[in-house]
Amino acid sequence: MTGLALVGHQFRYDQKAFWRNPASVFFTVMFPVILFLILALVFSGEDVNVRGGIDATTYYVPAIMSLAIISATMQTLAMTLVIAREDGRLKRGRGTPMPPWVFIAGRVGNSIVVALMMLVLLAAIGALFGADVPWDRLPAILLTLVIGAASFCCLGIALTALIPSQDAAAAIVNALLLPLYFLSGVFIPEDQLPDGVIAFADLFPVRHFFDAFFDAYVPAGGPAVSWDNLAIVALWGAAGLVLAIKYFRWTPRSG
Amino acid sequence: MPDPVISIKGLRKSYGETEAVRGIDLEVNRGEVFAFLGPNGAGKTTTVEILEGYRKRSGGEVTVLGEDPERAGREWRERIGIVLQSGRLDPYLTVRESLDLYAGYFRASRPTEEVISLVGLESKADERTGRLSGGQQRRLDVGMALVGDPELLFLDEPTTGFDPSARRQAWDVIAGLRDLGKTVFLTTHYMDEAQRLADRVTIIAAGQIVAQGTPEDLGERDAGETTIRYRQDGREVVLQTATPVETLHELTAKALADGEVLAGLEVTRPSLEDVYLQLTAARETDG
Repeated sequence: MTGLALVGHQFRYDQKAFWRNPASVFFTVMFPVILFLILALVFSGEDVNVRGGIDATTYYVPAIMSLAIISATMQTLAMTLVIAREDGRLKRGRGTPMPPWVFIAGRVGNSIVVALMMLVLLAAIGALFGADVPWDRLPAILLTLVIGAASFCCLGIALTALIPSQDAAAAIVNALLLPLYFLSGVFIPEDQLPDGVIAFADLFPVRHFFDAFFDAYVPAGGPAVSWDNLAIVALWGAAGLVLAIKYFRWTPRSG
Repeated sequence: MPDPVISIKGLRKSYGETEAVRGIDLEVNRGEVFAFLGPNGAGKTTTVEILEGYRKRSGGEVTVLGEDPERAGREWRERIGIVLQSGRLDPYLTVRESLDLYAGYFRASRPTEEVISLVGLESKADERTGRLSGGQQRRLDVGMALVGDPELLFLDEPTTGFDPSARRQAWDVIAGLRDLGKTVFLTTHYMDEAQRLADRVTIIAAGQIVAQGTPEDLGERDAGETTIRYRQDGREVVLQTATPVETLHELTAKALADGEVLAGLEVTRPSLEDVYLQLTAARETDG
């Protein structure tokens, strides 16, 4: 098989394994949906004082989409790659003629496809709650998603270097991301957060990605493509890529 | 004519101050099952991982299928199969899917159904690998290494931690590899495994080779003393002799003449296990 055909081959099996894994289906697919439903029901009818005042549901659609995209990419990759590494699956794969990048490309492809599916799923559920799908902004939404997904994939791969074992994977990933979701206005609307909190969250990519995604999705915002936010997200991604190339390991840490 | 598939000269490997492999030489010929035997920590896995291209050596020359494993590329990997000492497969893929996935990595692969029957997993082909027993997983490990139809197969402690029936099943699979004409490099710390499977055995202890030979003549046990045991008047009699034919002749001639039965008469040569324990123990007290 040629390189690209091999990536397709790897991707097919990664998809199978992803959908059969109850943990990945729950945390990556079901959890964002449940979270959106809870927030939409609790805050229905309320306004969020952002961009001249928008409906809470309209606020939470891009917020939970951002979370779902980060979860499908950074979180899923960091966890599944550490598990594969500690199970010796990465090492086993390196003993075959498959070029190592194919394995990573298959996993990244899997993450991006799941991220796209979450976009569609949450857009449909959001529409049921009255958050219209901004069809005219589709190019901006997809561009933002692809830059964000690629960057968070790189960060997820880089993060594996800091995770020593399978047991530590979920703890480390959640300890990093959950506070950032809170501080970035994903769970609590940003008009209710003190200015200092947002300024602090601005140091990290989650906030910038949410900002960019919000601009792309919510017509009340300014231009659809938030280039400055996307540039910062892409810079984080590039830094992640450099670290991933330098520190990613194929052999188990334990034993 | 010997046709070396693996050739090692003066191989050394150090981890910091510790020398794990201290200058070993060996050759493995095409089509043979070669056992690399030694206690835990003797340097077996280090050596096999150097041969597989996973580790860099500190010194010496290594050629595997005509190439230096440190520099060998994709073409070389098409020709070898590796069974690592430990490792799990994706628990959410079935046996057949796991093999199909790997088949795609190779330019030429052995049909999946054939591999499944070679390792005796026909009844488990559609079972997810996470639901296989330890013995079945290990047989699948061997199957995964056979997918690319390799000329040379590395097996690192293929039966460690197995119950006797799982070991026997794994042995049958490995014995079958010889019939396929594969060259097999097997590491083990079980003497009976080497004895049962290997054409040639090399014993390593503390990073050095202490003995090489066929399982039959290893450690020159042909020249060792033979033990003769029997019971006489309710007591066990044990004789050690370097000339068993003469001793037995005298013993049985006398017994016949005296009308004795020599109950439980047994003639044994030192077992490979005895030789192995003696050789590796001597090395460890030196080191």
